[in-house]
Amino acid sequence: MDLAYSPEEEAFRARLREWLAKTLPALPPKPSPDDWPGRRAYDLGWQRTLYDAGYADVHWDASPTTRLIFLEETEKAGAPYVGAGFVGLLHAGPTIAAEGTAEQRARWLPPILRGEEVWCQGFSEPDAGSDLAALRTRARREGDEYVVSGSKIWTSHAEVADWCELLVRTDGQAPKHRGISWLAMPMDAPGVTVRPLRTLAGSTEFAEVFLDEVRVPVANRVGDENDGWRVTMVTLSFERGTAFVGEVVACRRVLGEVARQARANGVWDDAGVRRRLGRLHAEFRALWRLTQWNVSEGEASGGVPGVGGSVFKLRYSRARQELYEVAAEVLGAGALDLGCEWVVDRLSSLSYTIAAGTSEVQRNIVGERILGLPKG
Amino acid sequence: MRFRLTEDQRVLKSGFREVLARRFGAEELRGAVDGSGALDRWLWRELGEVGLFSLRLAEDEGGVGLGVPEAVLVFEEAGRALLPGPLVATHLAAGVVPGAATGETVVTAVGGGGLVEWLDEADVVTGDAAGAVPLRSVDPLTPLHRVPGGRSAVRPDDLFVLLTAAEQLGTAVRACEAAVQHARTREQFGRPVGAFQAVKHLCAELLVRVEVARVAVYAAAVTLDPVDIAAARLLADEAAVRGARDSLQVHGGSGFTWEADVHLCLKRAWVRVERGGSITESEEMLAGDLLIDAS
Repeated sequence: MDLAYSPEEEAFRARLREWLAKTLPALPPKPSPDDWPGRRAYDLGWQRTLYDAGYADVHWDASPTTRLIFLEETEKAGAPYVGAGFVGLLHAGPTIAAEGTAEQRARWLPPILRGEEVWCQGFSEPDAGSDLAALRTRARREGDEYVVSGSKIWTSHAEVADWCELLVRTDGQAPKHRGISWLAMPMDAPGVTVRPLRTLAGSTEFAEVFLDEVRVPVANRVGDENDGWRVTMVTLSFERGTAFVGEVVACRRVLGEVARQARANGVWDDAGVRRRLGRLHAEFRALWRLTQWNVSEGEASGGVPGVGGSVFKLRYSRARQELYEVAAEVLGAGALDLGCEWVVDRLSSLSYTIAAGTSEVQRNIVGERILGLPKG
Repeated sequence: MRFRLTEDQRVLKSGFREVLARRFGAEELRGAVDGSGALDRWLWRELGEVGLFSLRLAEDEGGVGLGVPEAVLVFEEAGRALLPGPLVATHLAAGVVPGAATGETVVTAVGGGGLVEWLDEADVVTGDAAGAVPLRSVDPLTPLHRVPGGRSAVRPDDLFVLLTAAEQLGTAVRACEAAVQHARTREQFGRPVGAFQAVKHLCAELLVRVEVARVAVYAAAVTLDPVDIAAARLLADEAAVRGARDSLQVHGGSGFTWEADVHLCLKRAWVRVERGGSITESEEMLAGDLLIDAS
């Protein structure tokens, strides 16, 4: 058991730090959250910058520890996060890399790495959110094409995406976890309509996607026909295992800022607030250790992260919400001012116990798959 | 970075778990609860023989020559077994108090909260226990005395707090295992109660608290940073106390009886919360650190 990084890992960190210090000041200003084309250009531009510097594939090919260092350092330096590249870099890319054919890897992976194509995720449906396998979007096979009809919801970046990792039902007779296939659907195909959804935070974070007789080549199917559920589980384990590393670093930074703000405006004199801040400090320190633990275990087992990600997500999503509750207490009346970043983040934090599998679903996963309790 | 157990550490932990299962299993635990209330000196010497007390003592001083992380692992197992006695105090006295390392001498200490465990049974007391008054201890396996002046008089040192946190972690593990075992086997309405989401979710939260406490305790054992240790004790206390309470809830009516072991977990966890010193102080220390180190 140790927490020391190897000389190679420390050398990577030092090189990265130096590069970030040189590169970040030259970045263009961040576009507004509602400027989707601006966000796309900004996020892809950052990915291209990473590509040119040799850091593009850090999410895929680097050792888990190297990746941890990358996420830690970029977040500490205030570098952009994956943004519009999120699904491509963290879901679809790893899934295609693990399950795709040589041709599929050659077609889709390089543009993701070079920051040329944006992916979105077509998993959830209006009537199948947490019960993902109840999805009803159907794909009928006609020759070497699937004809897809249905609708998807909570699709982030849909407005500017080139591709959608799409789950469709290819066999309506099979039990619901079978009969699903994983397709790469071009978002500019005829029959695709995107309707932005406004979140309670006021922004259009995601959209509804309507699919009306959309033709997708059979060659775009990743994994076997009707084997999409297994492929999806691979995708979701990536999502839960590694997607929040940078955010934990960010939360630790925000917690320090909240404490300093409390000291500046006198709320610090309230022992109750100090005690809550102290508890959150313990919490985020432990979440960082849990991240390091999961990464080390992942490195030892050599690859796909396991269900331990559910433990992390359950605790992290709640801690994040508590962080912004304390921030609101520190802000006082300022907690009602949407001009303050923490207020918007407080609203956004409400999604964390819902998105990527609700906390209730995560508890089922922990109960059934880790503790071996019977299914209800 | 290799923040996981080494093969040697795994073997040490599971080996110690086996020793305790053989020597202090469910039957011995009940025997101790229903027994005379005396400390089992025979067991104490056996614990000395397997190296519980001399674990961190250098080999040329007759010790095992291991470090704090290894000590944390065996104290986690001691906590899981609900092993009674002033284990941490005796361990910390090894190499200082003659006979402590081998388990010939039982050493207790004035802990945080101004409480002394097993005072009448101990051969040596670390700290000032003058004028100590016995309490009717809530924990049937931890006799307690209170020293005049109370908690303000005592600030336990970091290693004392950390090894206590390791014991709390182990007790949290036990509470979780007991809850899961009960939820798997106890049937109501024609199926195991663990199939009901309300019960399943209690069990899941038990495990989440265990795992968060575990990494906090293990990391603190590696860094020995006082802030890490304060974090570890808060999370381990929470995992043990909340864990025992939730486990009791999962056990239903039987959990409220003397026959179920759950109350032993809860009461021991309460004792150790006091031993670790004031929770408020740990929270204040962590809060203060935010102003120093925001990273």
